[in-house]
Amino acid sequence: MVDVLLYALAAGLLLALISGPLGTLVVWQRMAYYGDTLAHSALLGVALGLVLQVNVQLAVLLTCCALALALTALQRWRATTLDSLLGIFAHSGLALGLVAISLLSGRPVDLNAFLFGDLLAVDRAQLLQLAAVVAVVGALLARTWHSLVSIAAHAELAAIEGLPVARLRLLMMLLIAITVATAMKAVGVLLVTALLIVPAATAGRVGRSPEQVALGAIAAGMLAVSGGLAGAWWLDTPAGPSIVLCAAALFFATALLPAARR
Amino acid sequence: MSTEAAELLRLEGAGLARDGQWLLQDIDLSLVAGQIVSLIGPNGAGKTTLVKLVLGLLTAERGRVWRRPGLRIGYMPQRLQLNPAMPMTVNRFLALSRAPRTAIAAALAETGIAALGSSPMQDISGGETQRVLLARALLRRPQLLVLDEPAQGVDIAGQTELYELISALRDRLGCGVLMVSHDLHWVMAQTDSVVCLNQHICCHGHPAHISSDPAYLSLFGERHAHALAPYRHRHDHRHDMHGDVVNAKPQPQNAATDREQGRG
Repeated sequence: MVDVLLYALAAGLLLALISGPLGTLVVWQRMAYYGDTLAHSALLGVALGLVLQVNVQLAVLLTCCALALALTALQRWRATTLDSLLGIFAHSGLALGLVAISLLSGRPVDLNAFLFGDLLAVDRAQLLQLAAVVAVVGALLARTWHSLVSIAAHAELAAIEGLPVARLRLLMMLLIAITVATAMKAVGVLLVTALLIVPAATAGRVGRSPEQVALGAIAAGMLAVSGGLAGAWWLDTPAGPSIVLCAAALFFATALLPAARR
Repeated sequence: MSTEAAELLRLEGAGLARDGQWLLQDIDLSLVAGQIVSLIGPNGAGKTTLVKLVLGLLTAERGRVWRRPGLRIGYMPQRLQLNPAMPMTVNRFLALSRAPRTAIAAALAETGIAALGSSPMQDISGGETQRVLLARALLRRPQLLVLDEPAQGVDIAGQTELYELISALRDRLGCGVLMVSHDLHWVMAQTDSVVCLNQHICCHGHPAHISSDPAYLSLFGERHAHALAPYRHRHDHRHDMHGDVVNAKPQPQNAATDREQGRG
């Protein structure tokens, strides 16, 4: 039985390694809604995976990436209406996914696992998959971090200084999509954005440099995962919501700290 | 001296439309090393659009934009709004350009904010932020400086000082300058050429000629133009960033001696 907890813990900690820095980028660029859209549409990927009888995880990943590409194209086409477009995508994606899954009669589908996550069900094979995803995303992120920070600070200056802003933005969108698709396993589609945003916002209050915020977000994410899993183990609460609650508790705790920065 | 008339950038009949409406039409503009060209016009005249065309952030749908091959452009955006959740020091902000540390220190000194390197960006004043942006533009070692309302959010005394700094930089670096400005006093007194924009170029030329041009008068109002006409800006002292008078040696002289020493 302890294996179950160890796998879950390892998966959560690995996830925090990429959700921390990507979450800070999401917070800096005020893209929370974008994360929501991806996450909610991930349920569409679940439905697709079930209909086509392919690996659900893979279907979710591809759906999120396809949506990231579509949204990037839309943004370039017309930037002003993106906000409402995101709202339409987010909720119609979620609704369509729910309807499609319910229509798949004859197959028992545990909707809760997709909506709220099922970290304690992670097995050895899934853990290895997750480690591979984290390694690839982490490496790409480390390589482009400096440029992505520059774009988050001022995109036009970054462009004039020679950075390929459009390509880097696309890469970041895809990395977020991959992270959302992967983190869905842990906390579910409804809470994925919280795992991105809350640790990053917590660290943003304490850090003094972009790197400190990113590392702080990793640390806060890891603390939340550990605390949430401890709650799930001993109090028998659902793991995903417990993790998000822990992250939120950390956020409010730092808000109560004596003004660290100013 | 031989490069005095070197053309840096030229727009020929450039135009740009959005949603079937022309934002800019038939723009002819030439930017030359060592010259300050200021861009004036009412709100919505397309000044920022023209700046983005010059910078290459937007592409012209009509006409053409020629840039000297390898042209280095330094850009100072209208304003900087860093996300409060994105803490960074002035030094770190300047390092985003990937310039070496020594160059950053030099740019800070050149813009008069050498002491601010380790201050958080969120803690410095509006005038200081504009200087940081100017410093970042200088890190490009620009042949052309493009400034979009550089004095926005800066108090009056700080504005004068900022404008003088820009003039001094032009003299020292020999770069061309394109600047959007609302400050007609400064535009008329200090710039080599004025472009008056309202979707197209209404009039274009030396400030003295522009201020009596009917197109200019109709755009800015005769009363305002007459009020400006007798004004000659002659500054015999300097202000610090807080507006206090500082009777130090003027910046350009310092620069000149620095350069002499550097050569010798």
